[in-house]
Amino acid sequence: MKTAVIVFPGSNCEHDVAQVLRSLGAEPELVFHRDRDLTGADGIVLPGGFAHGDYLRTGAIARFSPVMAEVERHAAAGTPVIGICNGFQILTEAGLLPGAMVANRGLRFICRHVLVRVESTDSVLTRNAGLGDVLRIPLNSYQGNFVLDTDRLAALEDRGGVLFRYVDEKGHPDHTINGATIAGIANAAGNVAGLMPHPERASDGLLGSSDGLVLLESFVASMAKLPA
Amino acid sequence: MSESLHLELGMTDDEYASVVAVLDRPPADAELAMYSVMWSEHCSYKSSRDWLDRFRSDYPWVVLGPGENAGVVDLGDGWLAALRIESHNHPSYVEPYQGAATGVGGILRDIFAMGARPVAVWDAIRFGPLTDSKNRYLFGGVVSGIAGYGNAVGVPTLGGEVEFAERFSNNPLVNVMALGLMKRDQLVTRAAAGAGNVAILLGASTGRDGIGGASILASTSFDEDSSAKRPSVQVGDPFEEKKLIEACLELYENDLVVAIQDLGAAGISCATSESAAAGGMGMTVDLDRVHLRETAMTAAEILLSESQERMLVIVEPGDVADVLATAEKWEINASEIGTLTEGELLEVTMNGVPVASVPAASLAENGPRYRRPAKQPGDLEAIWANAPMLPAVVDVADTVLRMLDDPALADRSWVSEQYDHMLFLQTVVEPGHDGSLLRIRETTKGLAVSTDGDALRCFLDPHRGAERIVYESALNVAVTGAAPYALVDNLNFGNPEKPEIMWQFIETVEGVAAACESLAVPVVGGNVSFYNETDGVDIYPTPVVGMLGFCDPMPAIPPRLDRAQHGMDLWLIGPESGKDFAGSAYSRIVLDNLGGRPAAVTRDIGNAVVAHAVRLASIVPVLHDVSAGGLAVAIAEICIRSGVGASIAEPTWELLLDEAPSRFLAVVPAGDDLGIHDVPARRIGVMGGDKIDFGSNGSAALEEATTVWREAIPRRMDISPSRGVA
Repeated sequence: MKTAVIVFPGSNCEHDVAQVLRSLGAEPELVFHRDRDLTGADGIVLPGGFAHGDYLRTGAIARFSPVMAEVERHAAAGTPVIGICNGFQILTEAGLLPGAMVANRGLRFICRHVLVRVESTDSVLTRNAGLGDVLRIPLNSYQGNFVLDTDRLAALEDRGGVLFRYVDEKGHPDHTINGATIAGIANAAGNVAGLMPHPERASDGLLGSSDGLVLLESFVASMAKLPA
Repeated sequence: MSESLHLELGMTDDEYASVVAVLDRPPADAELAMYSVMWSEHCSYKSSRDWLDRFRSDYPWVVLGPGENAGVVDLGDGWLAALRIESHNHPSYVEPYQGAATGVGGILRDIFAMGARPVAVWDAIRFGPLTDSKNRYLFGGVVSGIAGYGNAVGVPTLGGEVEFAERFSNNPLVNVMALGLMKRDQLVTRAAAGAGNVAILLGASTGRDGIGGASILASTSFDEDSSAKRPSVQVGDPFEEKKLIEACLELYENDLVVAIQDLGAAGISCATSESAAAGGMGMTVDLDRVHLRETAMTAAEILLSESQERMLVIVEPGDVADVLATAEKWEINASEIGTLTEGELLEVTMNGVPVASVPAASLAENGPRYRRPAKQPGDLEAIWANAPMLPAVVDVADTVLRMLDDPALADRSWVSEQYDHMLFLQTVVEPGHDGSLLRIRETTKGLAVSTDGDALRCFLDPHRGAERIVYESALNVAVTGAAPYALVDNLNFGNPEKPEIMWQFIETVEGVAAACESLAVPVVGGNVSFYNETDGVDIYPTPVVGMLGFCDPMPAIPPRLDRAQHGMDLWLIGPESGKDFAGSAYSRIVLDNLGGRPAAVTRDIGNAVVAHAVRLASIVPVLHDVSAGGLAVAIAEICIRSGVGASIAEPTWELLLDEAPSRFLAVVPAGDDLGIHDVPARRIGVMGGDKIDFGSNGSAALEEATTVWREAIPRRMDISPSRGVA
């Protein structure tokens, strides 16, 4: 199955995620942000990085890139779409996922492994994972603090749209990392999912963790339209 | 022209006379401005160049030694690595965020100017003590500048080092090393070729920022008016650089580049003259074609602007359209500003009028050279005589806790967690170990890098200190799993017009060169930063070396500090003395003594120790270099990182705290014999328990040691109402 990995100017994780997807049997193709044709894509990845420099709010300009109209059309049609880190930020700016990102609570960039607990398996990113599994995955962001107004947050929680929550060593929700406890969410249909930590960076024990593989395997299985 | 213009531009009367002699006429204003910057210390190495020939790079695996934008070494199977180190000291003092950020940007351009994709950066940074709020501001600003630029440009920062000393209070050091990878057919150089070929300026527009950065900021000493120099600091744009990297790599891939040169110090003057001179060509340059960000710029301003994120690429006329199309794709500016000519003249016009016509090589290669007088500092022998007075009994455990709270020995996660150090899925050993280890995708090859400096020891004995940092760096990459393979050096010194500083410099060069020769490590590049002097106070002489280690195959499970387990044996390999306290952490932190004379490395033993570390790296779980803080701190670091205590059967405190060189620790399964007979090696203890137990020399709770070590930097830097400053 073909996976479109969108490359915005300033993206930098496109090769990494493509490499891991390829190792899982997918056929990733880098698609430049000016392209308007995603015909034949079984899935779409918005990778990490600093699209268009992120001098404004992260993702605020990328949502206007020509390719995004086609991403939105695919998302509406049920194609699996995932956004990792900057990709998640872009999905929220595009309105494909609710919420927004603000600067980390400590006003510093954070690059380290964090623990996240799987809160819902009802998405293209978590279908192969176990509910309640705690995964060790690297976070790598400055504006990673997910915020949402109270009403919509309640609605998101109610419909099981929260996919991941930061937890501490004892499994308690942890807001001390960047200020948020929510690390990833999905839309109501479960085909559009975003998360701040980088599953592709947790794909090889030699690099510190392989806990992210199950998430990308979920995505690959979703693209192949395998029964859940 | 005013008689004193050359003096205002930082040029001596003699240098001005040399320009007149070269041109056989007085220079025009724009020409004089070009010479003043190109002949500055920063660009011309006029005080150091004669000494740098001492470094050897004539080894079979060296593809390009010093003189290009970066050194290049062969990794086999068509793979090449490019490496380079540079300083951005003065700009970082004047404006820490942008100074450090543009330091990263500049070194990356040196790497991709060779055809390589930049894959990693290391930062060696030095500040005054964190008890002072200004030093905290500088430290925090520099780290966030490195993070802000490096993370956004999409090149991981894999570590480096941090040191603190009073001598850096008004002159912090910010050295940055970068590494790039490429296949052999991607290699390009700056040497322009082919009359009629076109010079295209790629990237950011040219403005008035950074004019005179090389001559005003980097080649003079500082005083209290230095903040007035802030306009000479450039402002970085990592997004522009990211696009420039991708565009240039695409140009190389499509074979559209004859030669390429980055624009750094001295901007267009430097890039055009160096490229032309390296190829033995001339060049015409039309300043009207340069894309500008400001109006009414003079010719001199355009020629000297140090606006960031620009490259000069030489292409064949038939390829110009393709180059412009690639630039358009990546949304970067591209302007055809010049044409290569036969001959040697760099001819610059503006508004159709000639503004400069000078031999390219006279700017780039034939600047002045000075053999400045050198003499050993008069007080050095008195400093040697002021050796630390050692007490009879020391509680090693208490001492270790005190040393773990020192910001130079403590946990650096506060720094490295602000850097993206995981991009490219290559980081096998991350920051926080002796060296960092990265794998090369789709190969069995690995590269280890360590940056090392030791300012105080180099002050106490520049030659011995320099040798020691080279050997320490070699051991650092060895315990990380790779054999020393190539070195770059950043030589940070005070005012070279003082004979004592020049003596320190010459001694240092000799020390680095001798150690490298003994280790058979080529010196493939370097940088000299003089005039690190503020209000008459010179910094410690501070050579910083960046060692590249290479392994193929990479150890399947490389050693790490966090892999020690209960019941494993702890071994010490290398010669012990119990006497090397000059410049040690113990003397500095506990005895408050900065005197004495450090021991010299015994080279053949040092070489053997490095070789053993390389061999053991494939078979043992933990290797750790013994350096600042001695054996006791090295043991504590393994315990803290692995979360397991240790019992050490060590009789004397001196052996636990002195810093004799060429030693490392190995943690191995119980009962293993390391089979080392040519250098000292002995089992000194066993891992286990929840204490770091030095027997009769005291015992510290692991948990307390861990907390002290983790909190040392955060508790000084993260100031909130509930958390005062220590």
